[in-house]
Amino acid sequence: MRLKIILTLSAVAGLILTWNLSRIFLQVPDEANQGAIFRIIYFHVPAAITSFVGFYLAMFSAIGYLVTKDLRFDSVAASVNEVSLAFASITLCTGSIWGRIIWGIWWTWDPRLTSFFVCWLIYVGYFMLRRAIDDPTARARLSAVLSIFACVDIVLVWKSIEWFRTQHPGPVLEIRGGGGMAPGMEAPLCWNFLALLMLATALILIRTRQESTKLEIDALRRHANAF
Amino acid sequence: MRFLRQKFLGQTLAIAAKDLRSEIRGKEAVNASVSFALVILLLFSFAFDLEPEQIRDIAGGLLWLVFAFAGTLILNRSFARELVNDCLDALLASPVSGAQLFFGKCLANYVLIIIVECISLPVFAIFYNVRVPQRMALLFLVMLLGTWGITVIGTLFSAMTVNLRLRELMLPTLIYPMLIPALVGAIELSRVLINGGPLAENMIWFRILVAFNVIFTILSLALVEIVLVG
Repeated sequence: MRLKIILTLSAVAGLILTWNLSRIFLQVPDEANQGAIFRIIYFHVPAAITSFVGFYLAMFSAIGYLVTKDLRFDSVAASVNEVSLAFASITLCTGSIWGRIIWGIWWTWDPRLTSFFVCWLIYVGYFMLRRAIDDPTARARLSAVLSIFACVDIVLVWKSIEWFRTQHPGPVLEIRGGGGMAPGMEAPLCWNFLALLMLATALILIRTRQESTKLEIDALRRHANAF
Repeated sequence: MRFLRQKFLGQTLAIAAKDLRSEIRGKEAVNASVSFALVILLLFSFAFDLEPEQIRDIAGGLLWLVFAFAGTLILNRSFARELVNDCLDALLASPVSGAQLFFGKCLANYVLIIIVECISLPVFAIFYNVRVPQRMALLFLVMLLGTWGITVIGTLFSAMTVNLRLRELMLPTLIYPMLIPALVGAIELSRVLINGGPLAENMIWFRILVAFNVIFTILSLALVEIVLVG
C-alpha cells in the first residue's frame, strides 16, 4: 500500500512538473524587467514554502512524540525535517543563482536571506544533534525540543519581511497580498508547489520507512548484544 | 500560592547560590572566560585597522561577539560541572523541579556572564579608544537584555548537550544560529547608543530583544523538564 502511494505520488508529481516545465519555458513570456531568469521563481518559491510547511509538520510530529512517547512520531519528524532541509538547500541555491543575475552578486547579507540561512543552519544543527546521540529515546526527546525551538525561530524569519527594510523582492503572490504577478504567470507556480509537495510527501514516506527499519534493526542488535 | 512562590524562588535561589559559590571558590569558568575575551579583543586589533569613526560604527558588533564567545565558555561549564560524582543525577533526584534547577542555573550563568561583560567593556573602551557613551544606563539595559537571551538559550542547550561526546563543539554550533535575532537586536542597539544615533527609529530592535527573551524564557521553562528528566 505504502509503495503504491509513493509510486502514484511520484508519477503524478513527475507529470505535473513535465507539463509545467513546458508551460514555463514555452508559454509564459519573459518578465519585463528581469528577463528569462525570473522563471527561477517557479522553483525557488515552491521549494521555500514546501520547506517551511515541512518544518512545521515536523514540529507537530515532534510534539506528538513528546505527548505519546511513540518513536514512530520521531521517525516522521526526522524524515520530514530531512526532506525540508533538502528543499531549503534548493531555495538557497536557486536564490543565489537569481541574485547573481539580477543583483550581480551570489550572496548579500539582506535580512531575509540571512534569516533563511540561519534557519538552514539550525536544521543542520538538528541533524548534528541527532547523530551525536545513540540512545533512540534521548535522541527523539532532545531533537523534539530542538524542533520546537527551531520553529519558533522560523516565525521571526517569516515576520522579518515585514519587520526589516529589505532588498529582497517583496511578496508577489496574490495570497500574501502582493498582487504583483499576472494570473497566467502565477498558475504554474501553484502547480509547481503542488508537484513539489507531492514529491516531498513521497520522499518523506520513503525516509520514514527507512527510519522505522533502522529503529527495528537497532532494537534487534541491542537484543542480540544483551545475550 | 504565596508559599508555593516562596518555595519556587527559595529553591531556585539555592541552586543559583550553589553555582555561584562553587564558581567563586574555583573561578575556573570566569577566569577562562575573561582571558578568552581579552584574547579575542587582542585578535580584533590584528583583524581590523580602523579609524576612530569606523570603530564606533562596528563597536556594537565587536562587543557582542566577545560577549557571545566568552559567554559560551561559562554556559558550557554550567551543566558539565555536575557530571563529576554524578551530581546531576543527585540534583534531579532531589526535591527540586527541573524548572527550578534550570532557572537557578540561568541566574548563576547570568551573573557570571554579566561579570565577564563588566570586565571586558572597559578594557574594550580603553583598547579601542571608544568614549563612554552618554546613554550608558541604556547601554547597560541592552547588555542586560541581550545577555538574558544568550543565557536562557545557552543554559537550556547546555542541559541538552551535557551528555554528548562533543558538547564543547555542539553547544556553540547549536546556540549561535538560535541567538541571531537577540544578537542582531543587541548589536544594532549598542551601535546606535555608542554612535549617538537616534534611538526612536531603532525601537524595533528593542521590541525584538524583549520578545525573544520572553518567548524563549517561557518555552525553556516549559520544556526543560523534558530535556532533563524525559
